[in-house]
Amino acid sequence: MNLTTQYLGMKLRNPLIASASPLTGTLDNIRRLEDYGAAAVVLPSIFEEQIEREEELLDALMTSGVDSFGEALTYLPASAAYSHSTSRYTDIVNAAAKAVDIPIIASLNGITSHGWIDYARQLEMAGASALELNIYFIPSDPALSGRDVEMRYLEILKSVKATVRIPVAVKIGPYFSAPSHMAMQLDQAGADGLVLFNRFYQPDIDLEKLALNFELKLSSPYEMRLSLLWIGILAGQIKASLAATSGVDSGDDVIKYLLAGANVVMTTSALLKHGLPYVRTILDQLETWLDARGLDSPDHIRGRMSQRAIPDPASYQRANYIKTLQSYPKS
Amino acid sequence: MDDRVQVRKSSIMDGNTAAAHVAYRINEVCAIFPITPSSTMAELADEWASEGVTNIWGNIPVVQQMQSEGGAAGAVHGSLQAGALTTTFTASQGLLLMIPNMFKIAGELTASVFHVAARALATQALSIFGDHSDVMAARPTGFAMLASASVQEAHDFALIAQAATLKSRVPFIHFFDGFRTSHEINTLTLLSDEQIRSMIDDDLVRDHRSRALNPEHPFIRGTAQNPDVFFQAREAANSYYDKVPEIVQGAMDDFASLAGRQYHLFDYDGDPDAERVVIVMASGAEVVRETAFHLRKCGEKVGVITVRLYRPFSAEHLLDALPETCGAVAVLDRTKEPGATGEPLYLDVVASLVDAVSRGNRKAVPKVIGGRYGLSSKDFDPAQAKAVFEELKKATPKNGFTVGIVDDVTYTSLSADPAFTIEPDEVVRAVFYGLGSDGTVGGNKNSAKIIAEDTGQFVQAYFVYDSHKSGAQTTSHLRFGPQPIHAPYLIRSANFVACHQFNFLERLDVLRLAAPGATFLLNSSYGPNDVWDRLPRSMQQQLIDKKLKFFVIDASKVAREVGLKSHTNTILQTCFFAISGVMPREDAITRIKDRIQKTYGSKGKAVVERNFAAVDGALARLHAVTIPAAATSRTERPPIVPASAPDFVRNVTAMIMADLGDEIPVSAMPVDGTFPSGTAAWEKRNVAEEVPVWRQDLCIQCGQCSFVCPHSVIRAKYYDTTLLEGAPAGFKSAPVNLRGYPNAAFSLQFYIEDCTGCDLCVDACPANSLVDPGVKAINLQPKADLVENERRNIAFFETLPVNDRARVDFSNVRGTQFLEPLFEFSGACAGCGETPYLKLLSQLFGDRLMIANATGCSSIYSGNLPVTPWTKNHEGRGPAWSNSLFEDNAEFGLGFRLAADKHLEVALSLLHSLAPELGESLTTQIMTAPQIRESEIRTQRGRVDELKTKLLAMADHNETARNLLSVVDHLVRRSIWIVGGDGWAYDIGYGGLDHVLASGRNVNILVLDTEVYSNTGGQASKATPLGAIAKFATAGKRLQRKDLALQAIAYGNVYVAQVAMGANPQQTLQAFREAEAYEGPSLILAYSHCIAHGYDLRYGMKQQDLAVASGYWPLLRYDPAMREIGEAPFRLDSPRPTVPFKNYAYNELRYSALVRSRPVEADMLLHEAQAAVDEKYRSYEQFAGMKDGPAPSETVTVGAKT
Repeated sequence: MNLTTQYLGMKLRNPLIASASPLTGTLDNIRRLEDYGAAAVVLPSIFEEQIEREEELLDALMTSGVDSFGEALTYLPASAAYSHSTSRYTDIVNAAAKAVDIPIIASLNGITSHGWIDYARQLEMAGASALELNIYFIPSDPALSGRDVEMRYLEILKSVKATVRIPVAVKIGPYFSAPSHMAMQLDQAGADGLVLFNRFYQPDIDLEKLALNFELKLSSPYEMRLSLLWIGILAGQIKASLAATSGVDSGDDVIKYLLAGANVVMTTSALLKHGLPYVRTILDQLETWLDARGLDSPDHIRGRMSQRAIPDPASYQRANYIKTLQSYPKS
Repeated sequence: MDDRVQVRKSSIMDGNTAAAHVAYRINEVCAIFPITPSSTMAELADEWASEGVTNIWGNIPVVQQMQSEGGAAGAVHGSLQAGALTTTFTASQGLLLMIPNMFKIAGELTASVFHVAARALATQALSIFGDHSDVMAARPTGFAMLASASVQEAHDFALIAQAATLKSRVPFIHFFDGFRTSHEINTLTLLSDEQIRSMIDDDLVRDHRSRALNPEHPFIRGTAQNPDVFFQAREAANSYYDKVPEIVQGAMDDFASLAGRQYHLFDYDGDPDAERVVIVMASGAEVVRETAFHLRKCGEKVGVITVRLYRPFSAEHLLDALPETCGAVAVLDRTKEPGATGEPLYLDVVASLVDAVSRGNRKAVPKVIGGRYGLSSKDFDPAQAKAVFEELKKATPKNGFTVGIVDDVTYTSLSADPAFTIEPDEVVRAVFYGLGSDGTVGGNKNSAKIIAEDTGQFVQAYFVYDSHKSGAQTTSHLRFGPQPIHAPYLIRSANFVACHQFNFLERLDVLRLAAPGATFLLNSSYGPNDVWDRLPRSMQQQLIDKKLKFFVIDASKVAREVGLKSHTNTILQTCFFAISGVMPREDAITRIKDRIQKTYGSKGKAVVERNFAAVDGALARLHAVTIPAAATSRTERPPIVPASAPDFVRNVTAMIMADLGDEIPVSAMPVDGTFPSGTAAWEKRNVAEEVPVWRQDLCIQCGQCSFVCPHSVIRAKYYDTTLLEGAPAGFKSAPVNLRGYPNAAFSLQFYIEDCTGCDLCVDACPANSLVDPGVKAINLQPKADLVENERRNIAFFETLPVNDRARVDFSNVRGTQFLEPLFEFSGACAGCGETPYLKLLSQLFGDRLMIANATGCSSIYSGNLPVTPWTKNHEGRGPAWSNSLFEDNAEFGLGFRLAADKHLEVALSLLHSLAPELGESLTTQIMTAPQIRESEIRTQRGRVDELKTKLLAMADHNETARNLLSVVDHLVRRSIWIVGGDGWAYDIGYGGLDHVLASGRNVNILVLDTEVYSNTGGQASKATPLGAIAKFATAGKRLQRKDLALQAIAYGNVYVAQVAMGANPQQTLQAFREAEAYEGPSLILAYSHCIAHGYDLRYGMKQQDLAVASGYWPLLRYDPAMREIGEAPFRLDSPRPTVPFKNYAYNELRYSALVRSRPVEADMLLHEAQAAVDEKYRSYEQFAGMKDGPAPSETVTVGAKT
């Protein structure tokens, strides 16, 4: 069986990638993921906003009470002032790149144009094999048009692409008026890959405390439908690689994404739920499925169920909705 | 040597750094203990060692923190005896503690240099500031004494002293003026390591080692000698001392050839034919020298002798330096020796002259007068120096004079002309008024570096801080110019003045120091067209009269806009460069940004970017103000305190508050250090921009807010609703939710002008609105619009009757809010974790409370002038508070107990003898009354009042009655508390504390445990936890904190409690009450969050909760009385840990910083710390299960319960 896969121009040993999560934040886990068969690892996002806040907090704490009282012009050793927020991350990238043979994909979330560029450059220098731009952006300003939002994505991508030589994937959300057009624009702007989709954290309300609750719930298999839809639609229409994320809980889900046209499939929830060795389980399930059909590579199934490949392409569109409704009473 | 040639290799630093830079490089061992103002030297040594900086022999000196200066001196002595080159850094009381070892070190002719930032000794008061009291107290030790007068000399003499001690074998004190030279930043030429290396003779180092104790060729040192030989042996070392002057001069000459700076044992500067000469040492010498230089230009024949080597005192060298023409000499001493015929240097000079004349070596003794100057860093300026020269002109000049003060009691003082100045025109002199929290000092340090390093000018910077730890005012004095600046005194005439806080204009005359034509920069929310009308009239007149150039900028607004919050320093620094003309504007901006990058680069890009934005935003908001021809304002600065304040507050306290303390005459000061209680209430500091506002409709009247308030600004009363008649319109009240009070109202009153806005009360408030998110029964709101109304409300609130203590339930937190706090409005940090405990103490026992307070944070916010927070209740009773020293506090407090017990015994005896006259009933009741509950105390007070009335009636004819009256107050049970921090309890005062616990006497010890030396800036103590960083533990503490609770429990008869009010206020309250009621020694360890822990203190109580929840700080009480009733004495009051230690610790920078700087070690220490927490909790659980507690050893119990 040959599971090798192309993603972002890189040759991977299989199509299963451990996506960005706290699990991928330690060297030990990254090594274990490689041992269990993960084709690549996406590190947890470096958040420019978080780094800035950490730096500001550190500055505030180090300057609190300083130069105010003659007997105590400072309260902490000077060594406490050094901010390692960025280097803490780049150190992991660097260490991981040296420790494992699989590609290390660094994930970046910026808030300023220079932030995207600076951090992208630092991550490349640290040894990242590729970058994933985690453009987490809630356009809450009513004055901001859809076009404005799209331009923001495109400008970020272009500026990063102009800065680094390693491949760049863009992780986007599903909330564009015309996702296909957006994907095409990103493709034309140089994206080496698209990761579908980002899950924007949605708040709950704590009725006791009257406060917003941002507790994150793991993605459920049902959530893969949205990604599956757009992978299926985009497959074969753009040059960029397609990575599917959300809702992967078993080898079956990986197979579905591959059938829809994904180059690779990413998972976090399954690993959080079942543990790191579950990578091996998923891959075994994939191999078993392929083997049962006499297939020796996922290339044989990739995109076979995409909109362009199936006999009735319209069923990916509105017909799909109608069909669903029509079929519902039967189930 | 041409000073200008040195410009390019110059650095700027303060005297502490300059001295430590050398001392570190020429020693192998540093044994240290922090004490102001020398702490920086020890901290730097520790920091350099942790960074791997080596000495000139290529190895890293060992830096060992000790438990006290006594310990440090012992370690130094031992290290020297074992052959290592060893030093220490100290000051003041620290030096006193070293004296016993210093006699030994000198007696054994051991080469060493102690570097001392000379500081006043505690007498009628503690003072952290500089004079020579400490080094003068060390005169008889046998140490040689070398005095530095400047930052450069502190650097140079550190090396000269080391070279001389190695050659002479006589140990040296190298000293310079604390809180002048120690903290003055000045330009100096740094010695290279090669220069340092070439001054140290390795043969002498090897000789030093060869004299060490060594079992390979053993000998005995430290014998006991008898009358037959001790005397001779004491004289045997004379020849070594005889050689010291020549050795020191030789070292100075060697140094001159090496570094180009020539010094002499006594340096004379002045007219070769001088008629009048002043002799002085340390920084004062620079003032006199510059003044003499000025006077000579005016034709006066004057000179000055700067004393470098004070001990051994070389009369020969002094006389060589003193011109034969001199007919009048004034000797200035920066110390006071009450009862002596003169101060030490004066007596040395007189003896030298008389001896010379008597031996025929000099023709005649000139007139010699001695005087005192500059005690406790009293600024010594050219006007005072001139006054001394003027005095020498008189036929009968004053001897034993003082200068710099107005002595209107014994008339010792000389008059100085305040208008006299010698500042050269080429020197730019800038004064900046700011707050500690706005970063003014940091900004000015930055400016000094820019000017020194980028323009090559010579720079001097000195900073004055006030006594508060929150809302502290700072005054920065910056000089810069083309020539070296020898002006170790505050600026009297500034050509640039900046006021960084608009509200200072209400209480300070900020233009007092402005020279005619000076530039004035004001941070003002009022623009150039509006600001004039907002100024006090007198200030307007000064602007006109002095023809000042006036600029305003809304720096606070710019800071907010760029996200710097209250930090206006970068903005105002930019404005300073823009309008002062120090350098071209664009050039200045570039350099400021370069400096920002250097200063903030390590803190991250975000911080740098915000400061860049501040620079860019500053100039656009900077505006010149057109000054009208006439003053127009109808307002004037309000009085500092209201006319209703007591005389002392109006005449003395208010003067200090107005920055005019220097003008207070001797007659106004207490003669014995006794000050009235309760003066903090007169200082409305208005520190907070946002203050708590009460929502009475949401309040559940639980008392949590006032319980945690560090500054006692939340007061509660319940009262009859009829009293609300006449209340101001905005006065808030709610029906009291207590059963049995149908017509009672409840009010919470916030003293917002005393509030620091710390937010602890809001965080503690459990009452949330059911419909408005984020709204509680207490919420912070901007203060500005609230002040007037709240002043009226407070005035009304104070008319409401104080709640009867006998009717307040002391046993729960809710009840305590109705007890008057007798500790209020201290200058402690906003959100302080210590002061809520002291406030509680004052509420529970304040009217019969005596407090012995160890030196430290609590003694400073309790006792540092101008005002003090311990106050009196409405009956005029309140805590009697005193501070003795750092190291002796437990013993000091025990002394209170001994006296109280003795006088109670005397009172009872006298009462017994007077029983027939007084009535058996009253006397019996007084002698047998229980006095544990408040109601019992109140009843006893009534009896004692009745007794006093009877005694007063008898006093005329009955001496026994008069005697009883003198001790009668002891018949009301005294509550003796010994209070201090962990630095005292765990380290320097531990021996005494242990002994007091073992005494069995009825004292209560409260340890405000911040786990570091907070007052001196966060140095590690033995209470510092495993894994936390602190100064002297920069790589993280490697050992667990000492379990003082268990050590005390081991005695078996000590009541011990470990409390954290943020976790369980009820347990805290219970522990305080039980400890006080226990008729024996008690010890309470109170978890106190602190600014040195490195997190926002608004979460202080939450962190306390986490400390307990993680098991790090188990709550416990050990009550020996329980054993007597068959109960287990050890009670664990907190449940098993519910969160990992990490969840508590990593909220604090003291732990989390290590994750960034040493991640592997941090991880290891975290695991060790967690294991230690687990183990400790397990053992505590076992103790709690034991009927008799953790095996108290009866054999170690000393003394019986009283």
